[in-house]
Amino acid sequence: MAYTEEELKKELETKEYEYGFYTDIDSDTFPVGLNKDVVRGISKKKGEPEWMTEWRLKAFESWSEMTEPEWANVHYKKPDLQAISYYSAPKSKPKYDSLDQVDPELLKTFEKLGISIDEQKKLSGVAVDIVMDSVSVATTFKKTLAEKGIIFCSISEAIKEHPELVKKYIGSVIPPKDNYYAGLNSAVFTDGSFCYIPKGVRCPMELSTYFRINQAGTGQFERTLVIADQGSYVSYLEGCTAPSRDENQLHAAVVELIALDDAEIKYSTVQNWFPGDKEGKGGVFNFVTKRGICHNRSKISWTQVETGSAVTWKYPSCILKGDHSVGEFYSIAVTNNYQQADTGTKMIHLGKNTKSTIISKGISAGKSQNSYRGLVQVGARAKNARNFSQCDSLLMGNECGAHTFPYIEAKNNSAQIEHEATTSKIGEDQIFYCNQRGIDTEKAIALIVNGFSKEVLNKLPMEFAVEAQKLLEISLEGSVG
Amino acid sequence: MLTIENLHAEVNGKAILKGIDLDVKAGEVHAIMGPNGSGKSTLSSLIAGNEDYEITKGEMLLRGKNLSELDAEQRAHEGIFLSFQYPVEIPGVSVTNFIKTAINANRKAKGIEDMPASELLKKIREKAKLLDIDSKFLSRSLNEGFSGGEKKRNEIFQMAMLEPSLSILDETDSGLDIDALKIVANGVNKLKNKDNATIVITHYQRLLDHIVPDFVHVLFDGKIVKSGTKELAHELEAKGYDWIKELASHGI
Repeated sequence: MAYTEEELKKELETKEYEYGFYTDIDSDTFPVGLNKDVVRGISKKKGEPEWMTEWRLKAFESWSEMTEPEWANVHYKKPDLQAISYYSAPKSKPKYDSLDQVDPELLKTFEKLGISIDEQKKLSGVAVDIVMDSVSVATTFKKTLAEKGIIFCSISEAIKEHPELVKKYIGSVIPPKDNYYAGLNSAVFTDGSFCYIPKGVRCPMELSTYFRINQAGTGQFERTLVIADQGSYVSYLEGCTAPSRDENQLHAAVVELIALDDAEIKYSTVQNWFPGDKEGKGGVFNFVTKRGICHNRSKISWTQVETGSAVTWKYPSCILKGDHSVGEFYSIAVTNNYQQADTGTKMIHLGKNTKSTIISKGISAGKSQNSYRGLVQVGARAKNARNFSQCDSLLMGNECGAHTFPYIEAKNNSAQIEHEATTSKIGEDQIFYCNQRGIDTEKAIALIVNGFSKEVLNKLPMEFAVEAQKLLEISLEGSVG
Repeated sequence: MLTIENLHAEVNGKAILKGIDLDVKAGEVHAIMGPNGSGKSTLSSLIAGNEDYEITKGEMLLRGKNLSELDAEQRAHEGIFLSFQYPVEIPGVSVTNFIKTAINANRKAKGIEDMPASELLKKIREKAKLLDIDSKFLSRSLNEGFSGGEKKRNEIFQMAMLEPSLSILDETDSGLDIDALKIVANGVNKLKNKDNATIVITHYQRLLDHIVPDFVHVLFDGKIVKSGTKELAHELEAKGYDWIKELASHGI
């Protein structure tokens, strides 16, 4: 493991949420409430063209007729959507030419998060587009990317600079009518990321976005759109932290991926939002819609490490529309204390010879509830579709729950669908064995959990995997003894 | 090194050990023999700090330190090593990663920095060679799918890596064929020096042909009923445990 014992110890000593600090920056915040004027107001604030305003309003209209879904295996007090402010932007708004111009308070926040932009610039070859309180404030490596014709910018910028691409693809995978929270997002999203990889281009670096919810009482509605043109490749990383807040914060993002013929998109997420305290108070509601569409011979791979949020409701999915396309979903979901997670994927096989793989690792501790919910659907013309699913659950203690809800619908009799599931408990004999070798219980659990999650951790890009391992340990801290 | 005085212990209210006295000095090898259910494994678990057993009377001292005040991992830091009779599986954790974690945890307890990767690799190679362990084996998940012999060899490999001052080998010979037994015994012998001590717990005499004990103790019904030198093991092999039962029934 790439971190030192000292670092781990330090982290374990921190009983409160590690990133529970709050940055004091003047914000330009809308009054609470949601109506057509607010939607128009957001669009105006962002200087959007008329077609975008119209699209938002249409989304708002359809959303107004929808109701919040209740089928997930989670219980929570529904957020009052009229008590949320839908726009909050740091005042120092203009784009920066260099880091010197960035608000020092912001830089301090990044430091606490362990994101040294300077270092990242120099060392890792990661271009960072940081979203803070809904507005992108720093974009790096743009030039290098531009040379290859790659567009990596905020969605707001893309709406202005590349309207033809946005217009064509936004809502094409997840229409505003898709579900309640996707509809809400479509109406009020304030920012997010946009990425376009031109034909035949292999993106030379991992594209990375760090999200962060900052202002008390502001929901965050990001919108991400990634388009990989024919024969291109991109690996996209998304990592998140949030300061601790007593009131629940709503987060309803939409991520759309489009992999055109022969393209490949690898989308990795490490999610570490405030999970609420030990009594289950506070914490982020994470209601996210993520979906990608695969054209002929293309591939979309979702990898997620979910450790945060009080309530998670998230199903990164693949529509395997093209023949010979491939969808993958690798997930680790950790719940502790009173956290609830209902997460999984949908693999919709429409094209011939399509293939999908699902590896889901659920780890439950404390009084938490962890559910896997997955759908494998094979359409009538999806000849020779194949799916392999593996859902493993690891339980710690006697008060948590692990649930698996696999749905399989096959309309073509050439389909081959396999589903494997296991449930295990961390054994006292395993802990004692580690103890006997001089490894304390906390560290022993970290070791066992990392071993359990290995197949998924291995799918993450290197730097991310290290971060994810740390997160697993922090998340399960205090879950025994 | 290890002094056990009048040790009584029970599990779930059932008395298992009924007054054990044992004195193990540095540089010595002690063998504890006895039939199934005599309390051999309970004794090793107790020394290692397994909390499933409760000490009702007596004490265990390691270099004068009262062991009951130390957690299992603290005892390990003090140099106690138990080669388990049934080593557990930890899926997804490689032999190398596990031993690295263990070594660094022990170093940390002593206030020493992590072992540099190059030093660790060198040591792993050296000890793997000593126990005739293939490098492919080191990247496999700990004990997962290991044969009985591989598990035991892996235990001794960990012992070699951790260099404990007191090693307890609990039925290390079970599940070993004669070739593997020789390799394991040879490894244990090479690790032996004047500063460390070994307790070999076994049902059969055959391991003691290869790891020659200085003292042999026979455990029966929670008590050491007879102690002697290595000849006692041969006597026991020849006469069988019924002989011991008879001795015990006469109150010796």
